Amino acid sequence: MATAAPTAPAAAGDDAPAPVDNPRPRWRGGETRAALLFVAPAMVGFLAFFAWPTLRGLYLSFTDYDLLTSADFSGLDNYRRLLEDEVFWNSLWVTLKYVAINISVQTFAALLLAVLIHRLTRSVVLRGIILLPYLISNVVVALLWYWMADYNLGVINEMLGWVGFDPVAFFGDESWAIPTIAMVNVWRHLGYTALLIFAGLQMINRDVYEAAAVDGAGEVRVFFRITLPLLRPVMALVMVLTVIGSWQIFDTVAVTTQGGPVDATRVVQYYIYDQAFNRFDFGYASAISVVLFLILAGVALAQLKLLRADESDQS
Amino acid sequence: MRTTSRPRGSGAVRRWNVGRLLAWVALFVIIVITLAPFLWMARTALSNNRVLFTEPGSWLPVDFTWGPFERVLGSASTEEAQAEGGSGASLRFWAYLRNSVIVSTLITLGQVFFSAMAAYAFARLRWPGRDKVFFVFVTALMVPPVFTMLPNFVLIKNLGLLNTYPGIIAPFFFMTPFAVFFLRQFFLGISREVEEAAMIDGAGYFRIFFRVILPMSSAPLATLGVLTFINAWNEYFWPQLVGQEESVRVLTVALSAFHSSTPQTGPDWAGLMAATLIAAVPTMLLFLVFGRRIVNSIQFTGVR
Repeated sequence: MATAAPTAPAAAGDDAPAPVDNPRPRWRGGETRAALLFVAPAMVGFLAFFAWPTLRGLYLSFTDYDLLTSADFSGLDNYRRLLEDEVFWNSLWVTLKYVAINISVQTFAALLLAVLIHRLTRSVVLRGIILLPYLISNVVVALLWYWMADYNLGVINEMLGWVGFDPVAFFGDESWAIPTIAMVNVWRHLGYTALLIFAGLQMINRDVYEAAAVDGAGEVRVFFRITLPLLRPVMALVMVLTVIGSWQIFDTVAVTTQGGPVDATRVVQYYIYDQAFNRFDFGYASAISVVLFLILAGVALAQLKLLRADESDQS
Repeated sequence: MRTTSRPRGSGAVRRWNVGRLLAWVALFVIIVITLAPFLWMARTALSNNRVLFTEPGSWLPVDFTWGPFERVLGSASTEEAQAEGGSGASLRFWAYLRNSVIVSTLITLGQVFFSAMAAYAFARLRWPGRDKVFFVFVTALMVPPVFTMLPNFVLIKNLGLLNTYPGIIAPFFFMTPFAVFFLRQFFLGISREVEEAAMIDGAGYFRIFFRVILPMSSAPLATLGVLTFINAWNEYFWPQLVGQEESVRVLTVALSAFHSSTPQTGPDWAGLMAATLIAAVPTMLLFLVFGRRIVNSIQFTGVR
């Protein structure tokens, strides 16, 4: 450990030529060559499937492109069309509703679950159980709940019947469809989100709790006065991750309602898919993707600012 | 006075406490809500679809039968399938299962190996521009998949790789920003001394990578491998764009196709649930074996 601290990301990198204290100067040229070989496959993947398509997507958004003929540059036409496209604005609104329901319920429930686990048990088995829904595919989750929420035979409506409610067309009713899909995905992500928060809880210094206990503070008070403030940076990161994921809702909609009834579940990503692969309007679909991209970037920035993620209260 | 939650939170800390009891009840309710749908899936998958409606609220299979599995795996005859309320359409979930295994395995092998190579160069080697390149790699985490998927589709189509394994695998095969980031983090922590001892023995970079770095990182490599496999297994959007054809269809795509082809009146719920169970079981088995690793890895992603 005498020569270099291995955890420091060797800030001397970049263009700096061989530092004087380098103990093995004769490997330099070979080192660079070896490094390039090591990075090469990942670089190919990065350029071909991340960098190039990002630029191409941006370019396509300024074109008229139907996949068959080559893309014609059309300036801002796609964006102008967006402004007047009511289905697009509706899709933004629908997605916003979905994100609002999904994130508020999920964050609240996950925080509760994380604190419960933290205060009650160390069991890894239990943490494994709550993670289970996250490990199965969106498609499986969607079909499973589609069946359980079926109007005629679904067990949820059966149980509603036991307590005297009329059956609900969870996926088929315009006002129910989005809340239903939001709750299905809460079920899938609850455990995962709770474990992210749980990781944050474990980082809080135990001394703080002991001090509070000495002062005779109750559970609730400790939660609001100590846990929550100390957890804020973690909550901020969790919110950024989950909100960004939530905006990209697609699989559940594609498998169950396919945008319907009417346009009640035509979320942004489904609309993009619809424009690109059902109407072969790749230019327009790309323009919507650009808008979605900008929204996500804005959401991330705004959240980090609002929740002051970079400032920890624990010093 | 000790509020540090002991393992199991034994009641001895604060004997009979209403709050604590309520907390356990709440936790129990959440666990029931988490697990009940899985039970329902299994119960339906073992029911006779034709009489499913007679007991819509029973937690046991209705008229127990293996029929739903037999018909989605293609081993039941059309008559047998229809007798139990299937549509009689041919379903080949063995083939889709095979496709999912092939696609997910190749993605996992490629992604973990190439990402490990890159992570080694980023963590252990010094070369001009290293940190800048790494920064650009990680920026790709911010780009939403749908943004790159449309142009990627155009690329795969132009390469003539639609409905082929390489087409389904390609975008995930070489790297993901997360995998590189994840492994670099671990490689940074390896002591230089081991590496330098190997160098003094005359080992080159490739030898060090294969003989020192990879063996020393088997735990994070396994964790990443399992996570990658599960993600690849569950991916729907991309294979559904480029792999619709039966010969390369993976389970998620097949499930969705099965669902849209089953009749609106009297759908084959039992068959559908049997098929979803087939899609869910492999990741569950992986989880049984690697559960602790996966749970702990979330700690890592949480603090990134």
